[in-house]
Amino acid sequence: MPMLSFLIRRLLQTIPTVLAVVALVFVLFSVVPGSIVSSMSDDADPQVELRLKKQLGLDDPVYVRFGAYIAKLATGDFGTSFRTREPVTTMIAKRAWPTLQLVFTAMAFAVLLGVPLGFIAALQPGGLVDTLAMVLAVSGLSIAKFWLGLVLMYLFALKLGWLPSFGYGDGGLKYLILPAVTLGVSPMALFARTTRAAVLEIMTADFVRTARSKGMSETRVVKWHVMRNALVIILTTVGLQFGGLMGQAVVVEKLFSWPGIGSLLVDSVLQRDIPAVQGSILVVVLAFLAINLLIDLLYGVIDPRIRYA
Amino acid sequence: MFRMLAIVAGLGLALAAPAEAQTPRKGGTIRMTAPYGSSFTSMDIHTTQRAQDEIYAKALHRSLYIWDSAEGKPIPELAKEAVVSGGGLVYTFKLRDDAYFHNGRKMTADDLIWSYNRIMDGTKAYPGARYVRIIEGAAAVEKGQAKEISGLKKIDDFTVEMKLTEKVDPAFYLFTALTSIYPADEAVKDSFIQHPIGLGPFKFVEHVPGSRIVLERWDRFYKPGKPYADKVIVSIMGEAAARDVAFRNKEIDTSVLGPAQYVAYQADPNLKGTIAEVAEVFTRYMGMNPAFKPFADKRVRQAMNYAIDTDLIINKLVKGKAYRATSWLPLTSPAYDKAMKPYAFDPAKAKQLLADAGYPSGFEFEWTTSQNESWGLPIVSAVIPMLDKVGIKVKVKQVEAAVLSEVVRSGDYQAFIYSQQTGPDPQAALKCFHSSTPQSACNYMNFKNAEFDKILDEAGQSDDAAKRTQLLQKANALLYEEAPVWFFNYNKAVMAVQPWLHGIQLNATELTHQNVEDVWVDETSPAK
Repeated sequence: MPMLSFLIRRLLQTIPTVLAVVALVFVLFSVVPGSIVSSMSDDADPQVELRLKKQLGLDDPVYVRFGAYIAKLATGDFGTSFRTREPVTTMIAKRAWPTLQLVFTAMAFAVLLGVPLGFIAALQPGGLVDTLAMVLAVSGLSIAKFWLGLVLMYLFALKLGWLPSFGYGDGGLKYLILPAVTLGVSPMALFARTTRAAVLEIMTADFVRTARSKGMSETRVVKWHVMRNALVIILTTVGLQFGGLMGQAVVVEKLFSWPGIGSLLVDSVLQRDIPAVQGSILVVVLAFLAINLLIDLLYGVIDPRIRYA
Repeated sequence: MFRMLAIVAGLGLALAAPAEAQTPRKGGTIRMTAPYGSSFTSMDIHTTQRAQDEIYAKALHRSLYIWDSAEGKPIPELAKEAVVSGGGLVYTFKLRDDAYFHNGRKMTADDLIWSYNRIMDGTKAYPGARYVRIIEGAAAVEKGQAKEISGLKKIDDFTVEMKLTEKVDPAFYLFTALTSIYPADEAVKDSFIQHPIGLGPFKFVEHVPGSRIVLERWDRFYKPGKPYADKVIVSIMGEAAARDVAFRNKEIDTSVLGPAQYVAYQADPNLKGTIAEVAEVFTRYMGMNPAFKPFADKRVRQAMNYAIDTDLIINKLVKGKAYRATSWLPLTSPAYDKAMKPYAFDPAKAKQLLADAGYPSGFEFEWTTSQNESWGLPIVSAVIPMLDKVGIKVKVKQVEAAVLSEVVRSGDYQAFIYSQQTGPDPQAALKCFHSSTPQSACNYMNFKNAEFDKILDEAGQSDDAAKRTQLLQKANALLYEEAPVWFFNYNKAVMAVQPWLHGIQLNATELTHQNVEDVWVDETSPAK
């Protein structure tokens, strides 16, 4: 029951967050220069332009447009794309799965590699493994995704011929590996550093010293006391990184011709397709909030001391 | 002349000449790339004017005319013949009676009339309206004053009469995919945008938004034996570096090259032979607003042209991937005058002209630009110190491409740098400077010159092709003298083409737009 009420409370808390994001994006794209009408035709008759603006509702005051948008949104209608004249929900639905594939695979790569690396480094601080792991982590955080993607393409597609350099193909793993690794290297490095720092701090905590003094084996100390406590910190970082990954996917999707929400967002922004921009951003925000809610729920599972209060 | 230029420009392809002589092979997959963004705008080609979208549309759709790259002009496609009457204002088209839409229905005159009426729907701002507007009564439909274009009349199922508003060659207006003929009964359905149906050599199979479009051979295409290939895949690849890797890895058959890659491919003996290049009908320039006092004086505008070392910029910054502009009409225009010489780089003369115009110490202006690497911010940055040497200071105003197009149409600028289509029809290109052309159409510099108007009007009325060309050259020379712009360059489009791909056309209107029914792949293609 406490978990259910926590869940309901958190869901209610997301409403103002979502509204704030929607309002921010709406206002931003109402004031930035440039409109869809000019990108549709270089020399449309001025009368036609006016009529089109009226038809798209672009000549209404911002508050009227915002009100109409919120009313539609409340019914699950994200509007119709100015560019493609398709419902935005249809456009996003086509792109959502590839983005989820990419982001989750990148996250899996980052967690499965970064967390163990950080643990190992922390268990031998100052040692060779620690030094190498941290060099790797710093490099991973510093490398630009665009450059890394190109290097991976060059190495694994052109030189070794193991993987295709671009495209979605049939959506299979061989097309996913390079973009996912490109996207996952930076969070992997961050997880390694975060895990190392968390483990080192916990290793010196009183309860660990107590456990050791009670004669508990080092393996049990690490497994029962260090790992569990470190996981809470790692999970928080993972949750925050999800939002980052959704944003960074824009670069990777464009580089690898990956058909995700990121590339939809880029083209929609450039062509001032406001409904598509709003819809794409809203979906990213909702995904971010959902992941973080899930992580909040997981806290209680990992550490029973955390209550859903 | 056009043919010669195209041949000279396409020296790279000449290396593949022995292969071209082979008998075209049936089958295989053509793997093209769409390099101008990270998605296609729409599967409804009437709604989009992006060059990116026409790449796939050339395979899927057909228009009344088609561009013939070898001849350098549009030729009849869905029209079998056109009989001209009424003093050049009435065209009676005999349409093909063997053109089938991808749903198996035969195209008729009704489809053509329906499509042109649709394009003129003034509530949609379809970009093709600028072309269909040459038909009498089309503008009234656009303005909502009429329901149907009065100048279009169905004579029978395969004959259409078209009355024009002025004496122009409709071929130059009705050849792009923006004026594609749709099946009237299918295009009204919501499903059409998801599964477009056309008359082209390839039919729609799938569209993975942001990644690719797949098309397969339409067996009832009206040209016997064509298309050659079984399938066309157009992959969306906006990143030049990614295209480079994919091309070298033989995953794609064509790749548009930017300046840096152009140099690299020329230097690589394995890739040099893959280069196809053509002077496209685009002129890059800096437009000057005559409402801004210094630019109202012709001498100041000329001084701008003399002050900039244009050749240096083309050679060093654009890496030779452009042709020096002499005036407005591009190298591949039928009215291009080979005898014309560009403005020389002469800072002393520029200073003198500025002094004569009353600006001995120069002046300052605001220059609006996008980030475009070939004609945007990098070029502006290179020009600034050159202008500084003659006393002209520049304040840069950087905007997005979408904003720039609004800026130039509204006249809200002192100067801007742009790339504008200046062909293939020289008359239409020069008409942008006619005083009757509004700034919001394409008279972006709000140019008004009575003598220019007179010459252009005379050219429009002339039935003598040679005289017409002479008049257009005269108008072009007048623009050179008046210098409403800094004449920068004509785009040199460069595309790398794999050795197993044959039949690529040096299309001066846009190199990536290929009549794919003429393209074929030999057995060495990895895609088979």
